[in-house]
Amino acid sequence: MPLRPRIPMRERDVTERITNFQEVALGYSEEEALLEASRCLQCANPTCIDGCPVGINIPAFIALIRERKYSEANRKIKEKNSLPAITGRVCPQEDQCEAKCVLAKRGEPIAIGRLERFVADHSLYEPQDLTKRPSTGKRIAVVGSGPAGLTISAELSKLGHSVSLFEALHLPGGVLAYGIPDFRLPKYILKREIEYVAQLGVEFIPNVVIGKTILIDELLRDFYTVFLGSGAGAPILLNIPGENLLGVYSANEFLARINLMRAHHFPEYDTPVKIGKNIAVIGGGNVAMDAARVVRRLGSEVTILYRRSKEELPARLEEIKRAEEEGIKFIFLSAPVEFYGKDGWVDSIECQEMELGEPDSSGRRSPVPKKGTFFSLKVGSVIIAIGNRPNPIISQSTPELKVGKNGEIIIDLETCKTPKVGVFAGGDIVSGAATVIEAMGTAKRAVMSIDKYLIDKIW
Amino acid sequence: MYRIVDKIRLASNVVKMTFEAPLVARAIKPGQFIIIMVHEKGERIPLTVVVSEPEKGYITVVFQEVGKTTKLLGRKEIGEDIFAIMGPNGRPFSIEYYGNVVLVAGGVGVAEIVPIAKGLKDANNSITTIIGARTKELIFFTDILGSISNKLYITTDDGSFGIKGLVTVPLTEILKTEHIDMVLAVGPTIMMKAVANLTKDHNVKTYVSLNPIMIDGTGMCGGCRVTVGGETKFVCVDGPEFDGHKVNFNELMMRQKFYSQEEKFSCKLLEEDLCH
Repeated sequence: MPLRPRIPMRERDVTERITNFQEVALGYSEEEALLEASRCLQCANPTCIDGCPVGINIPAFIALIRERKYSEANRKIKEKNSLPAITGRVCPQEDQCEAKCVLAKRGEPIAIGRLERFVADHSLYEPQDLTKRPSTGKRIAVVGSGPAGLTISAELSKLGHSVSLFEALHLPGGVLAYGIPDFRLPKYILKREIEYVAQLGVEFIPNVVIGKTILIDELLRDFYTVFLGSGAGAPILLNIPGENLLGVYSANEFLARINLMRAHHFPEYDTPVKIGKNIAVIGGGNVAMDAARVVRRLGSEVTILYRRSKEELPARLEEIKRAEEEGIKFIFLSAPVEFYGKDGWVDSIECQEMELGEPDSSGRRSPVPKKGTFFSLKVGSVIIAIGNRPNPIISQSTPELKVGKNGEIIIDLETCKTPKVGVFAGGDIVSGAATVIEAMGTAKRAVMSIDKYLIDKIW
Repeated sequence: MYRIVDKIRLASNVVKMTFEAPLVARAIKPGQFIIIMVHEKGERIPLTVVVSEPEKGYITVVFQEVGKTTKLLGRKEIGEDIFAIMGPNGRPFSIEYYGNVVLVAGGVGVAEIVPIAKGLKDANNSITTIIGARTKELIFFTDILGSISNKLYITTDDGSFGIKGLVTVPLTEILKTEHIDMVLAVGPTIMMKAVANLTKDHNVKTYVSLNPIMIDGTGMCGGCRVTVGGETKFVCVDGPEFDGHKVNFNELMMRQKFYSQEEKFSCKLLEEDLCH
């Protein structure tokens, strides 16, 4: 019997979407969700769950959709994942749960992410299940309000612990607030998910830089334990000549100006953003796609420069497709070697062609410069999106922590314990920049370990 | 929200303002700064803390009303709140015994240098201070700096008070006649550049306190990057004080002007009261 294809998700028309920051993917209607859910085989031994870093009971929530019990489906997801309206949008499901779906072998896998989003959106403004274990009286400090911090705060709060969530910036959300643009994750969704975390009793404390405003040792005087989830927020730069010319931005700066400071609404908001006419984005990950697609919405032409070939692009396929639809050009197998400017403002990039050599530690074929193959690219601005590493403020101010070569905090992978008694860590601060759900996955592991520590009181 | 508990106008466009910010007050050290937002839709800008009173939970800044954010802040009165204060940020200045120290300060740098000056005095340094201002009306904090310093020079560009000319006039003289172990300059970039150029010829260790455009102030955006000794540094986490002989001042001055057009536009709207 031939498989029915998956139900496509409606998207905002491309001519409209590049004129605003409205969400591009429009989600399933009830009818579409029911049709898609009906494709699920409800396997006796489901493999999709193995692909989910937080272990959502996927067949169970899909079964509830089939019964039109959407609120129950939402509760089923929330048993494992406190932020489904976010993960339903930004998870790379194609590499995770959907890759493990048995239908993937014979055709298209169940659109698990889209169904998760449908359920979460359906229940977004319903009263949420705020059932908690009786209060343990134990206070926990969570550092960083991004995906890892929000997840662990919600989970530990459900377990009856009293959680204070510290954030350096003025708004909660971490990379969800400053990094991911509205057209991929609307701010009202983020706001609503954070409201849920607050409803669980989590106290949110903004404008506090742990390691500067308050040291870890000071936290440990007031809190029984500390979880470090401050992510990978320090930009990696190219370290090539001309990088400090005007018009050369880190993706973090460019995206923070827009997503966090709302520079696209200047002068209503006080922070401006200035770019030229033809923009080059360096890099091929989700952040590069986000930056390029923001540039399109500011009305400029944009080219993504990537040192490997299209097959190696680390961004989600869906985001690459949307970037292409939005008129973003790609130059593959090319890397910048120098930026040139005029009156201090960048106006061209000297690039070198690359070819693919042997696979590197990431398993991808590594780019090797081709001798004598330089070319010049005229640009009005450049956005560097080649990755992030953990911010060193916490590790530098806490000598007992152990730090890896990229600034990542070393933990016991099973317990998420650092060498410092009472201090746990998880998310991108441990792994380096990864995906939202992976950060949440490691935070989940830490929940069990912290709960055990709080109850047994044995390190 | 952070309450304004005191406000004094030091000159026509220079304001000294005290905020209730207990967590910052107890943690801040000389040379460190805060990031503030006046209102929810505001910019994040860095300001150096001039006085901290941990027992009261107060911090004091001195700022010149030059851009939209500082103008908005200057319009705020005692009892009102501002939206955000985050800090301390940056590394503290390394307070130790250097010997004969010259402090050179211009603009609001005159206030910003005070906590470092106090620290250096407590560390038994002999302190000579040079204050520079455009004109007499813009001179302030002479009492405090006078009491900390063994010698105090005041210069004005127009000669309306003290020595006529720039801070480099007395500095040149001092460098010629005295043995100096360290110079610290805090003020407009062009002044710090002139000081660093001068002390380089005399081979005197010189620190400068940089003030580039910042957003987060925690090393996240990299907007504040400067070239120091051929390497890119982030002022917010690696600074704000650097070896003045290694800073690429021309690049810094260029980067400080990145958004000057937008700033002018914002200020114009503010004055026309179209915005806030």
